[in-house]
Amino acid sequence: MRKISRRRLITSGVVATAGVAGLAAATRIAARHGLIPPDCRGVYGPGETLTYAAQKLLTRHSLAREFPRSMISAKPFLNAVAPFSDAFKAHQALGFSDWTLKVDGMVARPTTFSLSDLRTLPRKSQITEVACEEGWSYIAEWIGTPLSHVLHEVGVLPEARYVVYYSIEPDWWESVDMADALHPQTFLTMGMNDGDLPVGFGGPLRLRVPRQLGYKSVKFITRITATDSLRGFGKGLGSASPEGGYSWFAGI
Amino acid sequence: MLTAPSVQSPAIPRHSAVVRVTHWLTVLSFFALLVSGLEIVVSHPRFYWGETGNSNTKPAFIIPIPASRGTVPTGYGYEMPDQNGWSRYLHFQAAWLAVLTGLFYGIHALLTGHFRGDLLPAPGDRNWPAVRAVFSKYRRRGPPDPAEGHTYNVVQRIAYILVIFVLFPLIIWTGLAMSPSFVSAFPLSVELLGGRQTARTLHFFITWLLVAFVVIHVAMVYQSGFRDRMRAMITGRTSSESSERKTTPGAVAQESL
Repeated sequence: MRKISRRRLITSGVVATAGVAGLAAATRIAARHGLIPPDCRGVYGPGETLTYAAQKLLTRHSLAREFPRSMISAKPFLNAVAPFSDAFKAHQALGFSDWTLKVDGMVARPTTFSLSDLRTLPRKSQITEVACEEGWSYIAEWIGTPLSHVLHEVGVLPEARYVVYYSIEPDWWESVDMADALHPQTFLTMGMNDGDLPVGFGGPLRLRVPRQLGYKSVKFITRITATDSLRGFGKGLGSASPEGGYSWFAGI
Repeated sequence: MLTAPSVQSPAIPRHSAVVRVTHWLTVLSFFALLVSGLEIVVSHPRFYWGETGNSNTKPAFIIPIPASRGTVPTGYGYEMPDQNGWSRYLHFQAAWLAVLTGLFYGIHALLTGHFRGDLLPAPGDRNWPAVRAVFSKYRRRGPPDPAEGHTYNVVQRIAYILVIFVLFPLIIWTGLAMSPSFVSAFPLSVELLGGRQTARTLHFFITWLLVAFVVIHVAMVYQSGFRDRMRAMITGRTSSESSERKTTPGAVAQESL
Protein backbone atom coordinates (compact mmCIF):
# COMPACT_ATOMS: atom_id res chain seq x y z
CA MET A 1 0.00 0.00 0.00
CA ARG A 2 1.38 3.37 -0.98
CA LYS A 3 1.51 5.99 1.73
CA ILE A 4 -0.84 8.85 1.01
CA SER A 5 0.99 12.11 1.42
CA ARG A 6 -0.60 15.10 3.10
CA ARG A 7 -0.37 17.09 -0.12
CA ARG A 8 -2.16 14.35 -2.02
CA LEU A 9 -4.85 14.13 0.64
CA ILE A 10 -5.46 17.89 0.58
CA THR A 11 -5.51 17.96 -3.23
CA SER A 12 -8.00 15.08 -3.37
CA GLY A 13 -10.17 16.77 -0.76
CA VAL A 14 -10.19 20.05 -2.68
CA VAL A 15 -10.96 18.27 -5.96
CA ALA A 16 -13.79 16.24 -4.39
CA THR A 17 -15.31 19.31 -2.72
CA ALA A 18 -15.07 21.29 -5.97
CA GLY A 19 -16.70 18.38 -7.80
CA VAL A 20 -19.65 18.15 -5.42
CA ALA A 21 -20.08 21.93 -5.34
CA GLY A 22 -19.80 22.10 -9.12
CA LEU A 23 -22.43 19.40 -9.55
CA ALA A 24 -24.78 21.19 -7.13
CA ALA A 25 -24.29 24.49 -8.96
CA ALA A 26 -24.77 22.80 -12.35
CA THR A 27 -28.03 21.23 -11.11
CA ARG A 28 -29.32 24.63 -9.92
CA ILE A 29 -28.42 26.34 -13.19
CA ALA A 30 -29.94 23.47 -15.21
CA ALA A 31 -33.16 23.66 -13.19
CA ARG A 32 -33.39 27.43 -13.73
CA HIS A 33 -33.06 26.94 -17.50
CA GLY A 34 -35.59 24.13 -17.62
CA LEU A 35 -33.06 21.41 -18.40
CA ILE A 36 -34.26 18.90 -15.80
CA PRO A 37 -36.98 16.47 -16.96
CA PRO A 38 -39.87 15.59 -14.62
CA ASP A 39 -38.77 11.94 -14.48
CA CYS A 40 -35.29 12.89 -13.24
CA ARG A 41 -35.48 10.78 -10.08
CA GLY A 42 -34.69 7.11 -9.80
CA VAL A 43 -31.88 4.97 -11.19
CA TYR A 44 -32.12 6.30 -14.71
CA GLY A 45 -32.44 9.94 -13.64
CA PRO A 46 -28.84 10.94 -14.41
CA GLY A 47 -28.93 9.58 -17.97
CA GLU A 48 -32.37 11.03 -18.60
CA THR A 49 -31.31 14.45 -17.33
CA LEU A 50 -28.16 14.45 -19.46
CA THR A 51 -30.16 13.43 -22.53
CA TYR A 52 -32.89 16.02 -22.04
CA ALA A 53 -30.46 18.84 -21.15
CA ALA A 54 -28.15 18.07 -24.09
CA GLN A 55 -31.01 17.81 -26.56
CA LYS A 56 -32.63 21.01 -25.28
CA LEU A 57 -29.39 22.92 -25.72
CA LEU A 58 -28.71 21.47 -29.18
CA THR A 59 -32.20 21.60 -30.65
CA ARG A 60 -33.77 24.75 -29.21
CA HIS A 61 -34.94 26.16 -32.57
CA SER A 62 -34.34 23.26 -34.89
CA LEU A 63 -37.06 22.03 -37.23
CA ALA A 64 -38.00 18.40 -37.73
CA ARG A 65 -36.95 17.12 -41.14
CA GLU A 66 -39.58 17.62 -43.83
CA PHE A 67 -39.76 15.41 -46.91
CA PRO A 68 -40.85 15.81 -50.52
CA ARG A 69 -44.37 14.66 -51.38
CA SER A 70 -42.88 11.74 -53.33
CA MET A 71 -41.59 10.24 -50.08
CA ILE A 72 -45.01 9.98 -48.41
CA SER A 73 -45.41 6.32 -47.39
CA ALA A 74 -47.86 4.47 -49.60
CA LYS A 75 -48.75 2.19 -46.70
CA PRO A 76 -48.39 4.07 -43.41
CA PHE A 77 -48.49 1.73 -40.45
CA LEU A 78 -51.64 1.91 -38.40
CA ASN A 79 -50.56 1.16 -34.84
CA ALA A 80 -52.98 -0.71 -32.63
CA VAL A 81 -54.92 1.21 -29.99
CA ALA A 82 -56.97 -0.19 -27.15
CA PRO A 83 -60.66 -0.83 -27.97
CA PHE A 84 -62.51 2.47 -28.13
CA SER A 85 -64.36 3.68 -25.05
CA ASP A 86 -68.11 4.29 -25.13
CA ALA A 87 -67.40 8.03 -24.95
CA PHE A 88 -65.35 7.85 -28.14
CA LYS A 89 -67.92 5.64 -29.90
CA ALA A 90 -70.68 8.15 -29.07
CA HIS A 91 -68.69 10.92 -30.79
CA GLN A 92 -67.88 8.62 -33.69
CA ALA A 93 -71.58 7.84 -34.20
CA LEU A 94 -72.18 11.57 -34.70
CA GLY A 95 -69.30 11.90 -37.14
CA PHE A 96 -67.34 13.84 -34.48
CA SER A 97 -69.58 16.89 -35.06
CA ASP A 98 -69.77 17.44 -31.28
CA TRP A 99 -66.03 16.87 -30.59
CA THR A 100 -64.56 19.60 -28.41
CA LEU A 101 -61.14 20.65 -27.21
CA LYS A 102 -61.01 22.30 -23.81
CA VAL A 103 -58.02 24.56 -23.20
CA ASP A 104 -57.49 25.68 -19.60
CA GLY A 105 -54.90 26.08 -16.85
CA MET A 106 -52.50 29.03 -16.92
CA VAL A 107 -54.29 30.88 -19.69
CA ALA A 108 -56.02 34.25 -19.67
CA ARG A 109 -59.19 33.00 -21.40
CA PRO A 110 -60.03 29.32 -20.85
CA THR A 111 -61.85 28.25 -24.02
CA THR A 112 -63.61 25.23 -25.43
CA PHE A 113 -63.08 24.84 -29.19
CA SER A 114 -65.18 22.82 -31.58
CA LEU A 115 -63.47 21.22 -34.55
CA SER A 116 -64.97 23.90 -36.81
CA ASP A 117 -63.56 26.58 -34.47
CA LEU A 118 -60.15 25.00 -34.90
CA ARG A 119 -60.60 24.95 -38.67
CA THR A 120 -60.96 28.75 -38.70
CA LEU A 121 -57.41 29.07 -37.31
CA PRO A 122 -54.47 29.25 -39.74
CA ARG A 123 -54.16 25.94 -41.56
CA LYS A 124 -50.74 24.47 -42.13
CA SER A 125 -49.33 21.22 -43.38
CA GLN A 126 -46.06 19.36 -42.92
CA ILE A 127 -44.65 16.18 -44.43
CA THR A 128 -42.83 14.57 -41.52
CA GLU A 129 -41.86 11.13 -40.32
CA VAL A 130 -43.54 9.28 -37.48
CA ALA A 131 -40.89 7.21 -35.75
CA CYS A 132 -41.92 4.72 -33.10
CA GLU A 133 -39.73 3.79 -30.15
CA GLU A 134 -40.06 0.20 -31.39
CA GLY A 135 -38.03 1.06 -34.48
CA TRP A 136 -40.50 1.38 -37.38
CA SER A 137 -41.44 4.59 -39.16
CA TYR A 138 -43.47 6.13 -41.95
CA ILE A 139 -43.83 9.51 -43.63
CA ALA A 140 -47.16 11.30 -44.01
CA GLU A 141 -48.53 14.75 -44.64
CA TRP A 142 -50.13 16.18 -41.51
CA ILE A 143 -52.61 19.03 -41.82
CA GLY A 144 -53.84 21.16 -38.94
CA THR A 145 -53.15 24.26 -36.97
CA PRO A 146 -49.99 24.89 -34.96
CA LEU A 147 -50.65 24.52 -31.23
CA SER A 148 -49.00 27.94 -30.80
CA HIS A 149 -52.02 29.57 -32.53
CA VAL A 150 -54.42 27.97 -30.07
CA LEU A 151 -52.21 28.94 -27.11
CA HIS A 152 -52.06 32.49 -28.47
CA GLU A 153 -55.86 32.54 -28.88
CA VAL A 154 -56.41 31.66 -25.20
CA GLY A 155 -53.63 33.95 -23.98
CA VAL A 156 -51.20 31.51 -22.42
CA LEU A 157 -49.54 33.16 -19.41
CA PRO A 158 -45.78 33.77 -19.46
CA GLU A 159 -45.41 31.70 -16.27
CA ALA A 160 -46.56 28.55 -18.08
CA ARG A 161 -43.68 26.09 -18.56
CA TYR A 162 -45.45 22.96 -19.77
CA VAL A 163 -48.51 22.00 -21.75
CA VAL A 164 -50.33 18.85 -20.67
CA TYR A 165 -52.62 17.17 -23.21
CA TYR A 166 -55.22 14.44 -22.78
CA SER A 167 -56.81 11.84 -25.00
CA ILE A 168 -60.48 11.03 -24.58
CA GLU A 169 -59.29 7.49 -23.83
CA PRO A 170 -58.50 6.91 -20.14
CA ASP A 171 -54.92 7.12 -18.80
CA TRP A 172 -53.56 8.50 -22.07
CA TRP A 173 -51.97 11.86 -21.49
CA GLU A 174 -48.64 13.50 -22.21
CA SER A 175 -46.92 16.82 -21.70
CA VAL A 176 -44.23 18.85 -23.45
CA ASP A 177 -42.22 21.87 -22.39
CA MET A 178 -43.05 25.30 -23.83
CA ALA A 179 -40.26 25.06 -26.42
CA ASP A 180 -42.04 22.07 -27.96
CA ALA A 181 -45.55 23.43 -27.31
CA LEU A 182 -44.79 26.68 -29.17
CA HIS A 183 -42.66 24.95 -31.81
CA PRO A 184 -43.94 25.80 -35.31
CA GLN A 185 -44.29 22.10 -36.25
CA THR A 186 -46.28 21.06 -33.18
CA PHE A 187 -49.72 20.72 -34.76
CA LEU A 188 -53.24 20.04 -33.65
CA THR A 189 -53.74 17.70 -36.57
CA MET A 190 -57.11 17.19 -38.26
CA GLY A 191 -56.06 16.00 -41.71
CA MET A 192 -53.63 13.49 -43.19
CA ASN A 193 -52.44 13.08 -46.77
CA ASP A 194 -55.06 15.51 -48.16
CA GLY A 195 -58.02 13.85 -46.38
CA ASP A 196 -59.54 13.91 -42.92
CA LEU A 197 -57.35 12.35 -40.24
CA PRO A 198 -58.51 8.70 -40.07
CA VAL A 199 -59.54 7.38 -36.66
CA GLY A 200 -56.71 4.83 -36.76
CA PHE A 201 -54.15 7.61 -37.03
CA GLY A 202 -55.70 9.68 -34.23
CA GLY A 203 -58.70 11.35 -35.86
CA PRO A 204 -60.51 13.56 -35.35
CA LEU A 205 -57.77 15.39 -33.41
CA ARG A 206 -54.18 14.39 -32.74
CA LEU A 207 -51.34 16.46 -31.34
CA ARG A 208 -48.31 15.92 -33.58
CA VAL A 209 -44.92 16.53 -31.91
CA PRO A 210 -42.60 15.65 -34.80
CA ARG A 211 -39.31 16.21 -32.96
CA GLN A 212 -40.18 13.39 -30.59
CA LEU A 213 -41.06 9.72 -31.04
CA GLY A 214 -44.59 8.66 -31.93
CA TYR A 215 -45.83 8.07 -28.41
CA LYS A 216 -45.71 11.81 -27.66
CA SER A 217 -48.22 12.37 -30.50
CA VAL A 218 -51.32 11.47 -28.49
CA LYS A 219 -54.48 10.54 -30.40
CA PHE A 220 -58.08 11.75 -29.82
CA ILE A 221 -57.20 14.98 -27.96
CA THR A 222 -59.97 16.56 -25.87
CA ARG A 223 -58.14 18.71 -23.33
CA ILE A 224 -55.03 20.86 -23.07
CA THR A 225 -53.80 22.44 -19.83
CA ALA A 226 -51.00 24.96 -19.46
CA THR A 227 -49.07 24.76 -16.19
CA ASP A 228 -45.89 25.96 -14.49
CA SER A 229 -45.30 22.62 -12.75
CA LEU A 230 -46.02 18.98 -13.54
CA ARG A 231 -46.08 17.97 -9.87
CA GLY A 232 -49.85 17.92 -9.53
CA PHE A 233 -50.42 15.79 -12.63
CA GLY A 234 -50.74 12.04 -12.10
CA LYS A 235 -47.74 10.83 -10.14
CA GLY A 236 -45.82 13.99 -10.96
CA LEU A 237 -43.53 12.27 -13.47
CA GLY A 238 -44.73 14.44 -16.34
CA SER A 239 -47.06 12.12 -18.22
CA ALA A 240 -48.56 8.64 -18.41
CA SER A 241 -45.43 7.30 -20.15
CA PRO A 242 -43.03 7.43 -17.17
CA GLU A 243 -45.79 5.91 -15.04
CA GLY A 244 -45.72 3.00 -17.48
CA GLY A 245 -41.91 2.81 -17.44
CA TYR A 246 -41.19 4.93 -20.55
CA SER A 247 -39.18 8.14 -20.54
CA TRP A 248 -41.03 11.47 -20.54
CA PHE A 249 -38.68 13.00 -23.11
CA ALA A 250 -38.88 11.03 -26.32
CA GLY A 251 -36.54 13.00 -28.57
CA ILE A 252 -34.25 9.96 -28.80
CA MET B 1 12.11 -18.51 -6.06
CA LEU B 2 14.41 -16.27 -7.98
CA THR B 3 17.97 -16.07 -6.95
CA ALA B 4 18.85 -12.92 -8.87
CA PRO B 5 19.03 -9.80 -6.68
CA SER B 6 15.82 -7.85 -6.91
CA VAL B 7 16.03 -4.45 -8.51
CA GLN B 8 14.19 -1.79 -6.53
CA SER B 9 12.91 0.09 -9.57
CA PRO B 10 9.66 2.02 -9.21
CA ALA B 11 7.07 -0.40 -10.60
CA ILE B 12 5.39 0.89 -13.75
CA PRO B 13 1.95 -0.74 -13.94
CA ARG B 14 1.18 -2.86 -17.01
CA HIS B 15 -1.92 -0.69 -17.54
CA SER B 16 -2.26 2.80 -16.08
CA ALA B 17 -5.02 3.43 -13.55
CA VAL B 18 -6.94 5.48 -16.15
CA VAL B 19 -6.76 2.65 -18.68
CA ARG B 20 -7.90 0.11 -16.08
CA VAL B 21 -10.82 2.16 -14.76
CA THR B 22 -12.03 3.25 -18.21
CA HIS B 23 -11.65 -0.33 -19.50
CA TRP B 24 -14.03 -1.74 -16.87
CA LEU B 25 -16.46 1.17 -17.15
CA THR B 26 -16.57 0.49 -20.89
CA VAL B 27 -17.18 -3.22 -20.22
CA LEU B 28 -20.05 -2.32 -17.90
CA SER B 29 -21.66 0.16 -20.28
CA PHE B 30 -21.15 -2.10 -23.33
CA PHE B 31 -22.86 -5.00 -21.58
CA ALA B 32 -25.78 -2.75 -20.54
CA LEU B 33 -26.04 -1.33 -24.08
CA LEU B 34 -25.96 -4.79 -25.63
CA VAL B 35 -28.65 -6.29 -23.38
CA SER B 36 -30.96 -3.26 -23.58
CA GLY B 37 -30.34 -2.89 -27.31
CA LEU B 38 -31.30 -6.50 -27.99
CA GLU B 39 -34.42 -6.03 -25.85
CA ILE B 40 -35.38 -3.04 -28.00
CA VAL B 41 -34.85 -5.11 -31.16
CA VAL B 42 -37.32 -7.69 -29.81
CA SER B 43 -40.12 -5.12 -30.11
CA HIS B 44 -39.57 -4.95 -33.86
CA PRO B 45 -37.18 -7.66 -35.13
CA ARG B 46 -37.39 -6.44 -38.74
CA PHE B 47 -34.77 -4.34 -40.51
CA TYR B 48 -35.03 -2.06 -43.51
CA TRP B 49 -32.93 0.10 -45.79
CA GLY B 50 -33.78 3.71 -46.55
CA GLU B 51 -35.78 6.31 -44.66
CA THR B 52 -38.93 4.46 -43.64
CA GLY B 53 -39.94 0.89 -42.87
CA ASN B 54 -42.72 -0.79 -40.93
CA SER B 55 -44.81 -3.95 -40.80
CA ASN B 56 -46.54 -2.91 -44.05
CA THR B 57 -43.30 -2.65 -46.02
CA LYS B 58 -40.84 -5.24 -47.23
CA PRO B 59 -37.98 -5.76 -44.79
CA ALA B 60 -34.34 -6.16 -45.82
CA PHE B 61 -34.21 -9.08 -43.38
CA ILE B 62 -35.92 -10.26 -40.24
CA ILE B 63 -34.62 -11.87 -37.08
CA PRO B 64 -36.71 -15.04 -36.73
CA ILE B 65 -37.81 -14.51 -33.13
CA PRO B 66 -41.20 -13.69 -31.57
CA ALA B 67 -41.74 -9.95 -31.05
CA SER B 68 -42.88 -8.14 -27.93
CA ARG B 69 -45.62 -6.41 -29.92
CA GLY B 70 -48.66 -8.08 -31.40
CA THR B 71 -48.58 -5.76 -34.43
CA VAL B 72 -45.39 -7.35 -35.83
CA PRO B 73 -46.10 -10.30 -38.12
CA THR B 74 -43.64 -12.90 -36.87
CA GLY B 75 -45.73 -16.02 -37.43
CA TYR B 76 -45.18 -17.26 -33.87
CA GLY B 77 -48.57 -16.39 -32.41
CA TYR B 78 -46.69 -15.60 -29.22
CA GLU B 79 -45.79 -12.23 -27.76
CA MET B 80 -42.64 -11.65 -25.74
CA PRO B 81 -43.02 -9.44 -22.66
CA ASP B 82 -42.55 -5.73 -23.37
CA GLN B 83 -39.20 -4.58 -21.97
CA ASN B 84 -38.76 -1.37 -23.94
CA GLY B 85 -39.39 1.06 -21.09
CA TRP B 86 -36.41 0.23 -18.87
CA SER B 87 -34.38 -0.92 -21.88
CA ARG B 88 -34.57 2.53 -23.43
CA TYR B 89 -33.84 4.29 -20.13
CA LEU B 90 -30.86 1.97 -19.52
CA HIS B 91 -29.64 2.18 -23.13
CA PHE B 92 -29.25 5.95 -23.04
CA GLN B 93 -27.86 6.07 -19.51
CA ALA B 94 -25.26 3.44 -20.46
CA ALA B 95 -24.56 5.35 -23.68
CA TRP B 96 -23.75 8.45 -21.61
CA LEU B 97 -21.44 6.39 -19.40
CA ALA B 98 -19.72 4.95 -22.48
CA VAL B 99 -19.35 8.33 -24.19
CA LEU B 100 -18.12 10.20 -21.09
CA THR B 101 -15.72 7.36 -20.29
CA GLY B 102 -14.51 7.40 -23.88
CA LEU B 103 -13.99 11.17 -23.81
CA PHE B 104 -12.04 10.97 -20.55
CA TYR B 105 -9.92 8.11 -21.90
CA GLY B 106 -9.38 9.86 -25.23
CA ILE B 107 -8.28 13.16 -23.72
CA HIS B 108 -6.04 11.38 -21.22
CA ALA B 109 -4.57 9.22 -23.97
CA LEU B 110 -3.79 12.26 -26.12
CA LEU B 111 -2.16 14.11 -23.24
CA THR B 112 -0.04 11.16 -22.07
CA GLY B 113 0.90 9.90 -25.53
CA HIS B 114 -0.90 6.58 -24.90
CA PHE B 115 -2.29 6.54 -28.45
CA ARG B 116 1.06 7.25 -30.08
CA GLY B 117 3.20 5.20 -27.72
CA ASP B 118 1.03 2.18 -26.99
CA LEU B 119 -1.56 1.89 -29.78
CA LEU B 120 -0.03 3.22 -33.00
CA PRO B 121 1.96 0.31 -34.48
CA ALA B 122 5.69 0.81 -33.99
CA PRO B 123 7.45 2.08 -37.15
CA GLY B 124 9.09 -1.30 -37.77
CA ASP B 125 5.72 -3.06 -37.51
CA ARG B 126 3.80 -1.06 -40.11
CA ASN B 127 4.04 -3.77 -42.74
CA TRP B 128 2.30 -6.99 -43.75
CA PRO B 129 5.11 -9.37 -42.73
CA ALA B 130 4.90 -8.07 -39.16
CA VAL B 131 1.12 -8.59 -39.11
CA ARG B 132 1.44 -12.02 -40.73
CA ALA B 133 4.07 -13.06 -38.20
CA VAL B 134 1.68 -12.37 -35.33
CA PHE B 135 -1.14 -14.27 -37.04
CA SER B 136 1.04 -17.27 -37.82
CA LYS B 137 2.05 -17.44 -34.19
CA TYR B 138 -1.61 -17.24 -33.17
CA ARG B 139 -2.31 -20.14 -35.53
CA ARG B 140 0.50 -22.20 -33.99
CA ARG B 141 -0.96 -21.31 -30.57
CA GLY B 142 2.53 -20.26 -29.60
CA PRO B 143 3.08 -18.68 -26.20
CA PRO B 144 2.88 -14.89 -26.16
CA ASP B 145 6.07 -13.01 -26.85
CA PRO B 146 7.72 -11.90 -23.59
CA ALA B 147 7.35 -8.32 -24.83
CA GLU B 148 3.58 -8.80 -24.80
CA GLY B 149 3.71 -8.78 -21.01
CA HIS B 150 4.26 -5.03 -21.17
CA THR B 151 3.26 -3.93 -24.66
CA TYR B 152 0.72 -4.73 -27.39
CA ASN B 153 1.69 -6.53 -30.58
CA VAL B 154 0.86 -5.00 -33.96
CA VAL B 155 -2.38 -6.95 -34.46
CA GLN B 156 -3.68 -5.91 -31.03
CA ARG B 157 -2.80 -2.30 -31.80
CA ILE B 158 -4.66 -2.36 -35.12
CA ALA B 159 -7.70 -4.01 -33.48
CA TYR B 160 -7.82 -1.48 -30.65
CA ILE B 161 -7.39 1.45 -33.02
CA LEU B 162 -10.22 0.15 -35.22
CA VAL B 163 -12.53 -0.20 -32.22
CA ILE B 164 -11.65 3.19 -30.71
CA PHE B 165 -11.51 5.29 -33.88
CA VAL B 166 -13.87 3.49 -36.27
CA LEU B 167 -16.44 1.28 -34.55
CA PHE B 168 -17.15 3.46 -31.50
CA PRO B 169 -17.66 6.65 -33.56
CA LEU B 170 -19.84 4.69 -36.02
CA ILE B 171 -22.05 3.17 -33.34
CA ILE B 172 -22.55 6.59 -31.72
CA TRP B 173 -23.25 8.24 -35.06
CA THR B 174 -25.77 5.62 -36.24
CA GLY B 175 -27.43 5.74 -32.80
CA LEU B 176 -27.81 9.52 -32.80
CA ALA B 177 -29.09 9.37 -36.40
CA MET B 178 -32.16 7.59 -34.99
CA SER B 179 -32.98 10.46 -32.63
CA PRO B 180 -35.72 12.63 -34.19
CA SER B 181 -34.67 15.52 -32.00
CA PHE B 182 -30.93 15.25 -32.75
CA VAL B 183 -31.47 14.96 -36.50
CA SER B 184 -33.71 18.04 -36.46
CA ALA B 185 -30.60 20.00 -35.47
CA PHE B 186 -28.16 17.94 -37.57
CA PRO B 187 -30.11 16.54 -40.54
CA LEU B 188 -26.92 15.57 -42.38
CA SER B 189 -26.19 13.03 -39.63
CA VAL B 190 -28.97 10.82 -40.97
CA GLU B 191 -29.00 11.96 -44.62
CA LEU B 192 -25.35 10.98 -45.13
CA LEU B 193 -26.19 7.48 -43.93
CA GLY B 194 -29.10 7.17 -46.35
CA GLY B 195 -32.06 7.40 -43.98
CA ARG B 196 -33.37 6.57 -40.56
CA GLN B 197 -33.94 2.84 -41.21
CA THR B 198 -30.50 2.46 -42.78
CA ALA B 199 -29.05 4.06 -39.64
CA ARG B 200 -30.94 1.53 -37.50
CA THR B 201 -29.77 -1.42 -39.61
CA LEU B 202 -26.15 -0.22 -39.57
CA HIS B 203 -26.38 0.32 -35.79
CA PHE B 204 -27.41 -3.33 -35.52
CA PHE B 205 -24.54 -4.55 -37.76
CA ILE B 206 -21.90 -2.48 -35.97
CA THR B 207 -23.14 -3.96 -32.69
CA TRP B 208 -22.21 -7.41 -33.99
CA LEU B 209 -18.78 -6.19 -35.12
CA LEU B 210 -18.22 -4.95 -31.56
CA VAL B 211 -19.50 -8.24 -30.15
CA ALA B 212 -17.11 -10.09 -32.48
CA PHE B 213 -14.27 -7.95 -31.16
CA VAL B 214 -15.23 -8.73 -27.55
CA VAL B 215 -15.41 -12.48 -28.24
CA ILE B 216 -12.00 -12.57 -29.95
CA HIS B 217 -10.53 -10.23 -27.33
CA VAL B 218 -11.65 -12.47 -24.45
CA ALA B 219 -10.54 -15.60 -26.32
CA MET B 220 -7.07 -14.08 -26.81
CA VAL B 221 -6.88 -13.06 -23.16
CA TYR B 222 -7.75 -16.63 -22.26
CA GLN B 223 -5.15 -17.98 -24.69
CA SER B 224 -2.36 -15.79 -23.35
CA GLY B 225 -3.02 -16.52 -19.67
CA PHE B 226 -6.38 -15.47 -18.32
CA ARG B 227 -5.42 -14.94 -14.67
CA ASP B 228 -2.31 -12.96 -15.47
CA ARG B 229 -3.98 -10.71 -18.04
CA MET B 230 -7.00 -10.14 -15.80
CA ARG B 231 -4.76 -9.25 -12.88
CA ALA B 232 -2.91 -6.80 -15.12
CA MET B 233 -6.17 -5.06 -16.08
CA ILE B 234 -7.47 -5.02 -12.49
CA THR B 235 -4.40 -4.28 -10.34
CA GLY B 236 -2.03 -3.08 -13.04
CA ARG B 237 0.51 -5.80 -12.18
CA THR B 238 1.40 -9.10 -13.73
CA SER B 239 3.14 -12.09 -12.19
CA SER B 240 5.58 -12.29 -15.10
CA GLU B 241 6.37 -8.63 -14.60
CA SER B 242 7.83 -9.20 -11.15
CA SER B 243 9.96 -12.08 -12.42
CA GLU B 244 11.06 -10.24 -15.56
CA ARG B 245 11.91 -7.08 -13.74
CA LYS B 246 13.83 -8.93 -11.08
CA THR B 247 15.76 -11.16 -13.46
CA THR B 248 18.90 -10.34 -15.31
CA PRO B 249 18.59 -10.04 -19.09
CA GLY B 250 20.54 -13.29 -19.49
CA ALA B 251 18.04 -15.22 -17.44
CA VAL B 252 15.15 -13.86 -19.52
CA ALA B 253 16.89 -14.90 -22.71
CA GLN B 254 17.44 -18.39 -21.37
CA GLU B 255 13.83 -18.65 -20.26
CA SER B 256 12.54 -17.76 -23.67
CA LEU B 257 14.71 -20.39 -25.29
